[in-house]
Amino acid sequence: MTTDALSRTPIYDEHVKAKGRIVPFAGWEMPVQYTGIVDEHQAVRNAAGLFDVCHMGELEMRGQYAAQVVDYLVTGDVTKMKDGQALYTCACNEGGTILDDLIIYRASQERFLVVCNASNHGKIAAVFQKAAENHCDFEDISARTALIALQGPKAFEVLARAGADAAKLVELPSFNFRDAIIANVRCTAARTGYTGEDGVEIFCAWDDAAALWRSLLELGQDLGIKPCGLGARDTLRLEARLSLYGNDIDETTNPIEAGLSWIVKLDKPMFVGKDALLAIKGAPLPRKLVGFEVTGRGVARHGYPLLDTAGNVVGICTSGSPGPTVGKSIGLGYLPTALSEVGSQFLVDCRGKHVEAVVVKTPFYKRAKK
Amino acid sequence: MNIPPELKYTKDHEWAKVEAAEVTVGITGFAVEQLGDITLVNLDVKVGDVVTAGKTFGTIESVKTLSDLYAPVTGKVVRVNADLAQKPELVNEDCYGKAWMVTIESTNASELGALLEPAAYKAHVDAQ
Repeated sequence: MTTDALSRTPIYDEHVKAKGRIVPFAGWEMPVQYTGIVDEHQAVRNAAGLFDVCHMGELEMRGQYAAQVVDYLVTGDVTKMKDGQALYTCACNEGGTILDDLIIYRASQERFLVVCNASNHGKIAAVFQKAAENHCDFEDISARTALIALQGPKAFEVLARAGADAAKLVELPSFNFRDAIIANVRCTAARTGYTGEDGVEIFCAWDDAAALWRSLLELGQDLGIKPCGLGARDTLRLEARLSLYGNDIDETTNPIEAGLSWIVKLDKPMFVGKDALLAIKGAPLPRKLVGFEVTGRGVARHGYPLLDTAGNVVGICTSGSPGPTVGKSIGLGYLPTALSEVGSQFLVDCRGKHVEAVVVKTPFYKRAKK
Repeated sequence: MNIPPELKYTKDHEWAKVEAAEVTVGITGFAVEQLGDITLVNLDVKVGDVVTAGKTFGTIESVKTLSDLYAPVTGKVVRVNADLAQKPELVNEDCYGKAWMVTIESTNASELGALLEPAAYKAHVDAQ
């Protein structure tokens, strides 16, 4: 963490007014919770929740060769994308380990938006800017681009009250996006999220974000919408087994062992890290990121060692917390492939206490299909 | 901020109810507010164990984090609240009452004098 002054999102004053507890996060002053992590978590599972994710980085790549440049930097197949589609992918280094996980949006053949994690913003901006040199235009639009996530089974009921155009967003297919007018604010809405629930992520101008935030909370008040902090965001994404950069994936892990093979298209002609990933894919995998339940009394936390039943350290916990919806103590961690099968038993070293755990199928939570 | 006037406090946000040599211990409203939803209370002591002032006697898990519980005084454990193992939510509901954790028979009277008065504890919290 640097000692530079922390940045504030355009919604900061709303967080303070709503008595959100503010913490430093990736260089930003962000709300970790308002009413309580479990309360906010349940609001998203049962009604709707609103998240300020303005801290994330937004980079634009424009020009005739923008698609090729982006395609070269990520593991997914950008050349197959259509206008209005979004793609979850990651950028690797030459060694095949993960620089960041990203969502790429194709606005047109010549305009792509790349959304990266706040914690990797500087690094990813540098990588994309360098790759763009002499090939396409690069612009970091983070400082003028706000991002708000509206998530939960009642998200579209809230939008139905936000104007005629917003009401039609329910027709937007998953991982698609379009320009929209929501509560009189010009924005771009994508049917994506990081909670395991249905919903949208809404890009708008920095200066419109606070008004949009207030409108959505007001429109959804009687439906049970709540502002949600980083705490609930973490428990929600963990139950849905969505990776968190810096916890489950980083520059020491590759997407194959992290269970992200589905976003790695090794049939692409070339991209950064392809040779390394081909080699990893062609050999037995030494370890895998697995989901587990703590069956003993305890909570596994990031960094706790994982032990075999004889007590030898064999792996590491990357994420863990009580799962408010699944009602169990859950976690993710790297285990040797031989121990990674569902049902495999092991121990978590909870600060010296050895607590039983078992590998389970993930996601821990999957929403019912309508 | 609820800081009952009849209790003593520690800088680690435990409260201590002193009745003669017996000291009953729990965590303060401020600690509960900081921790959020409590999901597990692990009291690592049983009746008859000796605890030392400033050393841990258990841990408390909230959704977000794990925190240590520190004994405010040295002495023998004479009572342990067994309800907390099954009902950690009592800490959120009634931290100064039903969520008492242990009672310690103090063996060092000078430690009692070192506990914070409510006003001093309030100043400590306000400074955080």
